[in-house]
Amino acid sequence: MNGSSYNIFNSSNYFGWSETQGVLEVIQILLPEIVLAVFSMIVLLGAVYSRKNKTTSIVFWGTATTFLLVSIFIIFRGAAVYTAFGGAFIDDLFSRYLKVLILLSAAIILMLSQDFLKRNNLFKFEYPILMTLSVVGMMMMVSAGDLMSLYMGLELQSLSLYVLASFSRDSVRSTEAGLKYFVLGALSSGMLLYGSSLIYGYSGSTVFSEIFITASANEKSLGFVFGLVFITIGMAFKVSAVPFHMWTPDVYEGAPTPVTAFLATAPKVAAMGLFARVVHDAFGGAFNDWSQILILLSVLSMLFGSIAAIGQKDIKRLMAYSSISHMGFALMGLTSGGLEGVQSMLIYMAIYVMMNIGTFAFIISMEVDGKPVSEINSLQMYSKTNPGRSMALLILMFSLAGIPPLLGFFGKFYVLKAAITSELYLLATAGVIASVIGAFYYLRIIYYIYFGENPRALDQTHSLFNQTVLVISALAMVLGVVNLFGLEFVSEIAANALVN
Amino acid sequence: MDGLLQEYLPIIILLGLAIGLGVILLLAAFVLAVRSPDAEKVSAYECGFAAFDDARMKFDVRFYLVAILFIIFDLEIAFLFPWAVAFKDISFLGFWSMMAFLTVLTVGFAYEWKKGALEWQ
Amino acid sequence: MLLIDISFYVFSTVILSSALLVVVSRNPVHSVLWLILMFLSCAGLFVLLGAEFVAMLLVIVYVGAVAVLFLFVVMMLDIDFGSLRSEFARYMPIAGLICIILLMELSLVFGVWQTAESAEQARAVITPDLSQVQNTAALGHVIYSKYIYLFQTAGLILLVAMIGAIVLTVRDRPNIKRQDVLSQIYRDPKEQLKIIDVESGKGL
Repeated sequence: MNGSSYNIFNSSNYFGWSETQGVLEVIQILLPEIVLAVFSMIVLLGAVYSRKNKTTSIVFWGTATTFLLVSIFIIFRGAAVYTAFGGAFIDDLFSRYLKVLILLSAAIILMLSQDFLKRNNLFKFEYPILMTLSVVGMMMMVSAGDLMSLYMGLELQSLSLYVLASFSRDSVRSTEAGLKYFVLGALSSGMLLYGSSLIYGYSGSTVFSEIFITASANEKSLGFVFGLVFITIGMAFKVSAVPFHMWTPDVYEGAPTPVTAFLATAPKVAAMGLFARVVHDAFGGAFNDWSQILILLSVLSMLFGSIAAIGQKDIKRLMAYSSISHMGFALMGLTSGGLEGVQSMLIYMAIYVMMNIGTFAFIISMEVDGKPVSEINSLQMYSKTNPGRSMALLILMFSLAGIPPLLGFFGKFYVLKAAITSELYLLATAGVIASVIGAFYYLRIIYYIYFGENPRALDQTHSLFNQTVLVISALAMVLGVVNLFGLEFVSEIAANALVN
Repeated sequence: MDGLLQEYLPIIILLGLAIGLGVILLLAAFVLAVRSPDAEKVSAYECGFAAFDDARMKFDVRFYLVAILFIIFDLEIAFLFPWAVAFKDISFLGFWSMMAFLTVLTVGFAYEWKKGALEWQ
Repeated sequence: MLLIDISFYVFSTVILSSALLVVVSRNPVHSVLWLILMFLSCAGLFVLLGAEFVAMLLVIVYVGAVAVLFLFVVMMLDIDFGSLRSEFARYMPIAGLICIILLMELSLVFGVWQTAESAEQARAVITPDLSQVQNTAALGHVIYSKYIYLFQTAGLILLVAMIGAIVLTVRDRPNIKRQDVLSQIYRDPKEQLKIIDVESGKGL
């Protein structure tokens, strides 16, 4: 036990990666993440030490602009694959696709939030900072190539989201939402960690590629399968797949509406990307083991999400069940496996995010007498006062229901096609049934808007930005039909990066 | 492995002595002391009234804030131990990575300070 | 070897029994005290494994901070423990069932536990010779360089925890007068004080 004999010269073998990879090179690979993390810290200090009232507004705009710039930077990175830290961080086209999606949706939702937060006395500079840090976590998640970096990214993302969910700290519902989210999130992290330890025990490594090699070269033991199941459960919590969805409706309902909008978009993209990464990179050799679980999760989520949404009176709760059902569809794509499966999942997620941003742009601006409301009832006869926005909402609802020829239909179409190619006929049938059931509750909203009785007056919204986003996203549902905005091509090369 | 236990021998002896002494004192009180309990004698005494209320009450959330901030810095300190122990062997990278870590937490600390989280208003 | 065995069984017995007492004791404050005993025994087990750093971390962080916070919460929160206990009785059957299932799963896993052939080798590659290096030093050698990515992320997570704790609890209390030491120091008598020569009988 004598430390002094252990000098700097013979300790060099502990710095495995720093020999092969210089620090500067690593910084270059991680530049988007580092920029965002440093940005959040500088803004934190700048905002807290400045005395001006305008700072908060500047922070909101600055953060959104930074998200935008970083996503542009990522787009122009080209197709090269970079790995750092001995495979713990992978920056390939797959992760870049998801990162751009995460950054753009976070930027738009940040801007959508402003008006709501101002009126409800929640306009604080910590909001964009927490959002930035959670986005950093999400980017780490989709780039994770190691069980440990997976966990750290996940925790960074979740911890910020727990705080955001209870951001309206004087409201009992919001704090309750945060607490529920936290407790169940901690439970799922526990599952994930337990699974990871089993996998590490089996394979002797936490790096995905090593796990893959070990699992394909050796007989898969029961412990390995248990580890796989536990990790899958942990991630199913994060994508809120049935039967691990129970936190979703309560959290969506209780959290401030802009936070709900955020929860419904970027974290779902990140969790889904992580899911795809883990099952392909680490457990690609155990396709039969995880695809069984995923089929079950997918069927249950699609059907349960559609059926449970029918009785909802609160539009945020309804969107929660809707997102559960949509996650079921995305999982269907993932389950189908192979290039086509991953590609359909990626297309689905992009379209899902577009539709949700549009819908939430409207929900965020729902107010009666200056107080935010979320009852579906309050939409009655909305078309009389606001024909234009009602039309936009109609298109979005139809698209969410997957009615052709809107964009939402194409998302479902690709997923179903992938399922049929992989001969998962039962799964595809369940998907079709679920989307028929699901159409019912989306149409119910339309019914209220156009044919409801005793009109309730929603306030005229003041936020031009929210209206613009609503209209643009509705237009996108129609115009996107032409070539899906090139999504098909982009998602194919992204999926290719993961599968091969 | 027995060598390991031998290193801890003083602690084990200390623990044994502490536990033994504690048990002896407790037992002594139990065996030797004179006791004649009565329902009135052992009940809580509150200025001649029957007890109004439970002793538990809601405390200000600031107490918890202090405790939580303490845990965070406690964890930060925990990272310093291996760093200090291995300080002679770690490279410049190891040194600067700790500096970066400390910077992140100093940013948090400066934020805390300015926000008045450390003040008792 | 005998001594090690005895210590192992002593620690494990204490862990199991105090864990049970955490759940069944009537007074929640006692529960937390049992929890502390359990943490300490766990630290003992880690010492037996030769993982001294983890053992000391358990004592510093869990016993020193987390358990104290628990104690704090339990002693100060305004909770009706009577009703909590009746809830406990109501959920006991289902909780028991889940426990049994978990126990069966665990025994299933460890009963047929087997690692991949290459696993031990993979672990051996990254583990330094423990007769040469203390385990705290061995951790120090990897955390700050090989695992720098995870280390820095841990820093960010702690930052989020800090921001979160403050966002959720700190209130501006504008009506409260505080002592502003800095402005006291900067206050200059020459500017604040004015000596006026008042003529008698006239006033100001």
